[in-house]
Amino acid sequence: MTLLIGERAPRAQQQTHRIRGKVHLREHLMGWAFVGPFAIVFLAFLIAPLAYALYLSLFQKRLIGGTSFVFLDNYAKAFTDPSFLSGSWFVIRFSLVAIPLQIVVALAMALVLDAVTSLFTRFSRLMIFLPYAIPTVIGAVMWGFLYSRSFGPLSDVFGLFGATAPDFLGGNLVFYGLLNIVTWQWAGYYMIILYAALQGIDSTLYEAARMDGAGKWQIAVRIKIPLITPALVLILVFSLIGTLQFFNEPQILRYLAAGTIDSDFTPNMYAYQQAFALANFNYGSAISFALGGVVFVCVYAFLFFTRKRRSFL
Amino acid sequence: MADRTGARARRRPQRHLPLQLLLGFLVVYFLVPFWWVVVNSAKDAPGLFGGGNTLWFSGRIDYLGNLEQLFTYDGGIYGRWILNSTLYAFAGGIGATVLAVLAGYGFAKYRFAARRFSFAVVLGALMVPATALVIPTFIMFSRLGLTNTVWAVILPSLLNPFGVYLMHVYARDAVPDEILDAARVDGAGEVRTFLRIALPLMRPAVVTVLLLSAVASWNNYFLPLAMLSDNRLFPVTVGLGLWQGVASANNAGSTSLWSLIIMGALVSVIPLVIAFFSLQRYWRGGLSVGGLR
Repeated sequence: MTLLIGERAPRAQQQTHRIRGKVHLREHLMGWAFVGPFAIVFLAFLIAPLAYALYLSLFQKRLIGGTSFVFLDNYAKAFTDPSFLSGSWFVIRFSLVAIPLQIVVALAMALVLDAVTSLFTRFSRLMIFLPYAIPTVIGAVMWGFLYSRSFGPLSDVFGLFGATAPDFLGGNLVFYGLLNIVTWQWAGYYMIILYAALQGIDSTLYEAARMDGAGKWQIAVRIKIPLITPALVLILVFSLIGTLQFFNEPQILRYLAAGTIDSDFTPNMYAYQQAFALANFNYGSAISFALGGVVFVCVYAFLFFTRKRRSFL
Repeated sequence: MADRTGARARRRPQRHLPLQLLLGFLVVYFLVPFWWVVVNSAKDAPGLFGGGNTLWFSGRIDYLGNLEQLFTYDGGIYGRWILNSTLYAFAGGIGATVLAVLAGYGFAKYRFAARRFSFAVVLGALMVPATALVIPTFIMFSRLGLTNTVWAVILPSLLNPFGVYLMHVYARDAVPDEILDAARVDGAGEVRTFLRIALPLMRPAVVTVLLLSAVASWNNYFLPLAMLSDNRLFPVTVGLGLWQGVASANNAGSTSLWSLIIMGALVSVIPLVIAFFSLQRYWRGGLSVGGLR
């Protein structure tokens, strides 16, 4: 991690602190006094649950013989469990489509909003961001209505052309139904982050590029996008973490899409089902821990490979 | 904007017509679900199921009647859910923000033992998916008898490593060491220096972290779903999810529940939308921090 932090050389501070050399112990204490409360919460609600999940995942509860230590058996079971594998496969496929889509949409919107300034674009920016303020659960409920054959407008619209409406809650189309919800929910938030980064670029760079004969398109591709790479990396990490632990939307739509979205639709839903419907906490913990581990490794690897391009950390 | 006149500004509207049109389409797309909810929460059951235009009003327009139904159904449980969500959002949001501000400032302004290592661990925690913690936290809490209490939802929401990261970056750049040293030379203690000098300088980031953590708490679903079994403790997300499940399960028999869900969805989004619009000035400045560094 230290490689990624990009620590600012603390020259000025070192000087001032050297002057007051004996304050060192005091500085340690003050530092820990400020960080301490968070450290306690961090240990209690992050480190402890992780360690506990790891511990639980090494045991199995059997009807006969009670709880016994099985080492990595739960993981071996998970990685041959068709439910876990199909859920993981769905989430991976979904990430491969959803993340690039969200980022491209967000980037395009941010570039347009950055290039065009008018009352309307300011209004648009807020409206596009609006879904972020909506709980994902409520967003899923809303789209569930729009997809619905009894309340939704889809059947009206397709009815005009004498066609039957596609069912975004059934069969293979549920993939696109969820894709649309996730894009609607998050693209605006990512757009705001990118837009904020674009606004932070020194505009004299554009003047210079224009003098050199660069067009708007070239300025966008050659100057703007490279300069907001840290923000792009940031939202990529956010969306990767979010999509791999996909839970809320499919869980809510499960009732409307009975038969299509099962309780093992994503790994997180499967862990939830194992833990809370079947009281199988050991196996549920193993799935949670495996999922958390996979997300961590994916994101870490991603940051490691992009760190040369000025990572955000 | 008035000072940016000249040739560029005058030519703008024409040149960017296609882009503005595209934006117009996007705005419509992003607003369709809201529009649907606004229109359909005005309808009564016949209007809703009568097969009329689903994107326009039909039948009686009865917001007040539906609102009354929503807040009286099942002994006014919906009102409780909204209050619970408010409690969780405020308690979790304020608590997480206080911790994040203190820790971010501490990481940025003091060279203490194990600082680099601790900060690296916090950054690593950004990559741990929150939902992976829910199941073990639930088991821990059930051992302690804390499940099915408000604490089960509030305490885990205090954890916000991203807030610490944001505050660290902001404190590092927006609070000059020289000012802090000057205050110390003048005899101000560390706590006083922090409260009087550093905190005001960090205000945009504080508002951003507060808003982000409150939104995260308000939106949380997995954690309260796992922790709570008493529906009087549910936040509005879990409550509406419950209604949605009930209404879908007995499809035809629950027409009234559907209109409650639609009205409930509308009411539940209003507080956050207002919060975002009214605090715009602050969070826009703060959000750029995470992306720029």
